[in-house]
Amino acid sequence: MREQLEALRDEALQLVNQASTQKELNDVRVKYLGKKGPITEVLRGMGKLSAEERPVVGEIANAVRGVIQTELEQRLVDVKQQEMDAKLALEAIDVTLPGRPKKVGQAHLLQQVTDEIEDIFVGLGYTIAEGPEVEQDLFNFEMLNLPKDHPARDMQDSFYITDEILMRTHTSPVQARTMLASKGEPIRILCPGKVYRRDEDDATHSHQFMQVEGLVVGESISMADLKGTLEAFVKQMFGEAREIRLRPSFFPFTEPSVEVDVSCFKCGGKGCNICKQTGWIEILGAGMVHPRVLEMAEYDSTKMSGFAFGMGIERIAMLKYGVDDIRHFYTNDVRFSEQF
Amino acid sequence: MLVSKQWLQQFVDVSQKTGEELADLITKSGIEVEGVEVRDAELNNIVVGHVLTKEKHPEADKLNVTTVDIGQEEPVQIVCGAPNIEAGQDVIVARVGARLPGIKIKRAKLRGVVSEGMICSLEELGFEKKYIREDEQAGIHTFREPVIPGQDVLELLGLHDEVLELGLTPNRSDCLSMYGVAHEVAGILNTTATFPAIEVTEDEEKTKLAVTLESEECPFYAAREIKHVVIGESPLWLKNRLIANGIRPINNVVDVTNFVLLETGQPLHSFDAEKLGQQIVVRQAKAGEAFQTLDEVERALDPSMLVITDGEKPVALAGVMGGANTEVDATTTSIILESAYFAPTSVRKTSRVLGLRSDSSSRFEKGVDPRRVLLALDRAAALIAELAGGTVLAGTVQSGTLQLDDHLIEASVSYINHRLGMEIEGTVMKELLERLGLEVELSGDALTVSVPTRRQDLMIPADISEEVARLYGYDALTSSLPQEASRGFLPKRNQHRRQIRRLLQGAGLSQAITYSLTSEQRAMQFNEQTDLHPVKLAMPISEARSTLRTSLIPGLLEVAQHNVARQHADLAFYELGSVYLQRDASLETLPIEQELVAGVAVGLAEQHRAHGTMVKTDFFVVKGIVETLAEALNVTLTYEASVIDSMHPGRTARVLLDGEMIGFVGQVHPALSKEQYGLKEVYVFELDAMKLHSKERVVYQEMSRFPSMTRDIAIVLNQSVTASEVEQVIVEAAGPLLQQVTLFDVYTGDNVGEDKKSFAFSLRYQNKERTLVDEEVTAAHEHVVTALTKAFDAELRA
Repeated sequence: MREQLEALRDEALQLVNQASTQKELNDVRVKYLGKKGPITEVLRGMGKLSAEERPVVGEIANAVRGVIQTELEQRLVDVKQQEMDAKLALEAIDVTLPGRPKKVGQAHLLQQVTDEIEDIFVGLGYTIAEGPEVEQDLFNFEMLNLPKDHPARDMQDSFYITDEILMRTHTSPVQARTMLASKGEPIRILCPGKVYRRDEDDATHSHQFMQVEGLVVGESISMADLKGTLEAFVKQMFGEAREIRLRPSFFPFTEPSVEVDVSCFKCGGKGCNICKQTGWIEILGAGMVHPRVLEMAEYDSTKMSGFAFGMGIERIAMLKYGVDDIRHFYTNDVRFSEQF
Repeated sequence: MLVSKQWLQQFVDVSQKTGEELADLITKSGIEVEGVEVRDAELNNIVVGHVLTKEKHPEADKLNVTTVDIGQEEPVQIVCGAPNIEAGQDVIVARVGARLPGIKIKRAKLRGVVSEGMICSLEELGFEKKYIREDEQAGIHTFREPVIPGQDVLELLGLHDEVLELGLTPNRSDCLSMYGVAHEVAGILNTTATFPAIEVTEDEEKTKLAVTLESEECPFYAAREIKHVVIGESPLWLKNRLIANGIRPINNVVDVTNFVLLETGQPLHSFDAEKLGQQIVVRQAKAGEAFQTLDEVERALDPSMLVITDGEKPVALAGVMGGANTEVDATTTSIILESAYFAPTSVRKTSRVLGLRSDSSSRFEKGVDPRRVLLALDRAAALIAELAGGTVLAGTVQSGTLQLDDHLIEASVSYINHRLGMEIEGTVMKELLERLGLEVELSGDALTVSVPTRRQDLMIPADISEEVARLYGYDALTSSLPQEASRGFLPKRNQHRRQIRRLLQGAGLSQAITYSLTSEQRAMQFNEQTDLHPVKLAMPISEARSTLRTSLIPGLLEVAQHNVARQHADLAFYELGSVYLQRDASLETLPIEQELVAGVAVGLAEQHRAHGTMVKTDFFVVKGIVETLAEALNVTLTYEASVIDSMHPGRTARVLLDGEMIGFVGQVHPALSKEQYGLKEVYVFELDAMKLHSKERVVYQEMSRFPSMTRDIAIVLNQSVTASEVEQVIVEAAGPLLQQVTLFDVYTGDNVGEDKKSFAFSLRYQNKERTLVDEEVTAAHEHVVTALTKAFDAELRA
């Protein structure tokens, strides 16, 4: 009996080891451990054995059964693993093939620069104000201290539609409109937008371009506040190491007026081709709001003062990214726009 | 304005500064110096030579061999090719070792003959052709003045000089004269400017000239009469001054008037007295009057223009240009010299209307200094007497009045400091202002400034603050931020735009920014609002940029065209911007500016070539973009087949929001896209950006814990029935349990018969309060089937 059981055990274990699929293992299990299998039969036939033999044989049979069971389970884990490995090996792909990317579009470079400037000034307590691009002469010129026949109107030859309506030549009419609407209250606004001048398009001129203008009106606003504000802006926009320099200039709507230079962000002030060896780059015009401009907008210029500044977005973008032709911004060539 | 440093030196001591240093100081104080020309930078070793002999070159027809006395012990031999060389002439000689622009002179052999130097033309010295006498333009320059061999030619021609180019802003027209620049430079250098005394020696004979003013546009007019003048060439010093300042010498009388204009800023005009007569009447031109100006152009005048007449006909356009009929020429023997004050606006208008600008008009239109009107007249009369041998008749004929008083500005030290954010002492302010030649009275905080007539830009205390600041220097300015706190925020409108942009970029479209101005023809395309009209410029530069856009699509099509032509065939762009429409043709009010968002797509929308998959851009790709945008913005849009101008009649849908059309999507009419934009098949959309807003506030809805049930339905319909019509019937019939309808199959073909199509929908039912019972879903679904059968004569597909 014992020999018979041990032979069965060895036979079954051999088959278990030979099996390479789950099915073969299952066949072994059914054959040796099933209800009609030989071990069950031995156990079933134990009634014929003597009382002394019975526990001994029972124990051996159970041990054989246990061994087979354990080995089967062990083997099943291995076989499953092998089967999985084989299956996955077949599923292998060339992971260096290109993916299926989702196309993502880009914001226009002028937009990126505008957004950046807006965010900086919102952080400084400004809000955004806008106005029409087709504007009245009144707001574009007259309320900015540029009466009809003022010689400074030559500086910005304009696209007129009628005698009184034109394409705005700067974003400054938004200042005039905002001041009128604010009825003597303090103001802190940033006005980005498109402007138009009667220029032939070439590498440095465009009949349409973008400006952003800032206006602060309050009870004790000074040139020092203007300088501090522009310093904060320039450091954020062009880097902490940048400095600014104010040079006297002229605009009809500010008095005093200044041009503002930033220390060259390429060479740091040593002199290079970007700053034309001067170490400084002109980036914007600014000044204290002309008392007459305040008065025309119904502010008391003896109590309230303000500063204003304005810059060309194209110029900032050209300087910051080294773009050499303003027309690139309006051609929308993908070889250009994909770079930013 | 060009400023010769040599000339400036006559009024203010600038000898201690180089041109560059001076330029730097002037720029820092507010007038930008745009350039400094060192006139002798590329010249040296150039002397006067006296030609002793001239003989033909033995080997060359066109060359001559000369001996020239250049002030050395021995004359030198120079081979010269100029046709006008003659013995006895005084010429310009570049000696061996001399430098000329681009050339170095060496001892040379020309066809076997030694040449020790070069005889030069003015052009070889760097003069522009316009400054060279006509008879010497093909040859060498000869001196007509007494000169000495060996004399420095650069000295004689005034070339040891530097010329500063001032970029003047319109407020600083006071610096359109050497006098004005001298005042400014004296202020900057903290020194004083001095000006020559002027003395006119008058004849005993009195002038009989009479001047009458008939227009308010001429507040003051003065004239002098000078007899016995001899018209001729001006002396070298005068020609040198004019050339340094960019003006071509003509003859001694004209040159003097130009010289005095540059010196004082007061434009003068000289008439031939014999042609003019003894009467001057200043009046507005008459309608239909015509007149030939000095440049020999016939000008049509109108009553807005001010003219000088001889009592009958115009003889000059006041302040702009003289007339050909009274021109000073070689035969002139007596002249009438005019110096006047014309109203700036009048000169400006006339010059504009006629498109005629002159050195005279550009000064009058900005307002000349009233105090220099008579001064300049006397200065010119004295110079003409001296240089043209004239006799100045006694008396200045004048009419009208001049405003000569100083302008008083009451400022204060505290106001200026407050405005600048600086702390400058009152005494310092006073000193700075006095450097500019202003009279200042300081009394406690009060600062009273007397401004002479030459500085018409100084009107109010703020102007004084600028004068103080620019001379004090902004380097001393400290930095601060406005003290009051302020609520900074990005307005909703801007946030909304940013959201639209992010969504479209996420959907694969890149942003384009195009011109607002287009051609009239393109401005009419895609314009759906036929009751509104495009806005046209009064004076466009070109037809292609003459009209404001009414749609963003033409600009986007140009972008697509540009890129497709450069081998970028698969593109998707959007633009967010305004279009402009006018309500009334008269344009009494501003046009409507409507903010639109539009997109264009061509070629492949997606392609993964390594994986063999691609999606061609078609109507549904672009509609899909619009749907994605709408869903993310939480607005429900509906689409209706529609015929829209410039669009494909069978592949275009109107887009509606709450029943109102807010835009369209579809294919551009292929004939239009091909012919005008070179694009075969191109899809676009355009929507009213500011209407893409959900009006409802988003409120959280509980997520149902109960399962949903899905039933499919497939029906056969007539081809003409649209998907949205079917969907609408399904939604109405199914009742409240229906959560979602999805069209998942569209089929046409043999299995459904001709003129038929099959739609398959998936319907999801759910009850949010409890688990659905099979029967209630079946009942709802049966409603749907019945309704579809009834509405469209649909058949259920097995």
